[in-house]
Amino acid sequence: MENLDVLAANLLSPVILAFVLGVIAALVRSDLKLPPALYNGLSIYLLLAIGLKGGVELSKTPLSVFIGPALLTLFLGLITPIIAYNILRRLGRMDRVNSAAIAAHYGSVSAVTFIVAITFGTMTGRAPEGFMPALVAILEVPAIVVALMIAFMRDGRAGSWKDALHEVLSGRSVILLVGGLVIGALVGPEGFEPVEPFFYSGFQGALVLFLLEMGIVAAGRLRDLKKVGFFLVAFGILVPILHGVLTIWLAQFTSLSVAGAAVLAAMVSSASYIAAPAAVRIALPEANPTFYLTGALGITFPFNVTLGIPLYYALAEWLIG
Amino acid sequence: MHHSIVSLKLVTIVTERILEDRLLRTLVQLGAKGYTLTQATGKGSRGVRASEWEGPDTKIETLVSEDVAQAIMDHVADTFFEHYAVIVYVQDAAVVRGEKYV
Repeated sequence: MENLDVLAANLLSPVILAFVLGVIAALVRSDLKLPPALYNGLSIYLLLAIGLKGGVELSKTPLSVFIGPALLTLFLGLITPIIAYNILRRLGRMDRVNSAAIAAHYGSVSAVTFIVAITFGTMTGRAPEGFMPALVAILEVPAIVVALMIAFMRDGRAGSWKDALHEVLSGRSVILLVGGLVIGALVGPEGFEPVEPFFYSGFQGALVLFLLEMGIVAAGRLRDLKKVGFFLVAFGILVPILHGVLTIWLAQFTSLSVAGAAVLAAMVSSASYIAAPAAVRIALPEANPTFYLTGALGITFPFNVTLGIPLYYALAEWLIG
Repeated sequence: MHHSIVSLKLVTIVTERILEDRLLRTLVQLGAKGYTLTQATGKGSRGVRASEWEGPDTKIETLVSEDVAQAIMDHVADTFFEHYAVIVYVQDAAVVRGEKYV
């Protein structure tokens, strides 16, 4: 498919249209809102499903194939918060604490962006490697630790470092992803078969419902765009592209396929909005949540799922394909 | 039959959900024997809390002696007032089975 056709196919997919519907519902002040229990249930289902599938695939993958992409992912998780922090400090002239808080979000990963990237690849006939969910688990935590360390070292502050680390490691996304990977790897393809229909057939539908809620939430953050200023809006679009380009450029030196590199780029460019906000609220309470939540949810997530993901696929195709 | 009524303090804390675990641990350390939790939403100086991404706020109520009430108020004020959305207040309470709470 030509790139523009691919872009149109993404924008007209049920997942993205449901996201747009959520945005519209919020803008017209509809009373539409997913009950919190349903929203939580869907996120548990989605995270466990990708963990299990990733674990099953991991059990079939030789270590020699997995080790390159895994090390690359770990490296990107350590370097992207440092890049983001320096851009915020030097170009944005932002204070240390807010820079570190935002850097924690942009270094870590949004699992839903990852799922949308996988779905997009499958839809356009380019399935990425099956072990990609294991890379999400690798990418989630290091960036938050690095960003918090920057804030703590520079200010020589004590703070509740322990509570923050506990919040990340015991958070539902890490438990479900890592737990799902371990279960999937232990039971293997045959053990997974009986439960596969439940986690496979309902997956796309659950994603559509989840994106509907994400649209409502993202539109709620749009009201704060004026408060965060032009710099952060530009940051929320350009830094993900920068991280995506860096990822794809480095991915060509590993065994990753075109689709694998594109999905990894979407992961690295995405901003966490589940694990990172909880940890940052505890460790850096004086950082302004309006900055990091509006950036992650109101700017970067909508950009990535609509334009970013097709862009990363096009770039990966061009550089690696 | 009349039960003897004892005077205690009812301490109420309304705050961000994310502080719940930490606060409950501290309450017990300071001498609270129990607590009641309720989901809460509302509006205050930090804006409407119901729509926050972290989820609804939490209301913690605990019946304690006057000394423990003072310790809880001091701890909450010193630790959380600066950066978090938090309300704490204390009321007089008359309870039966007063020995349960101290």
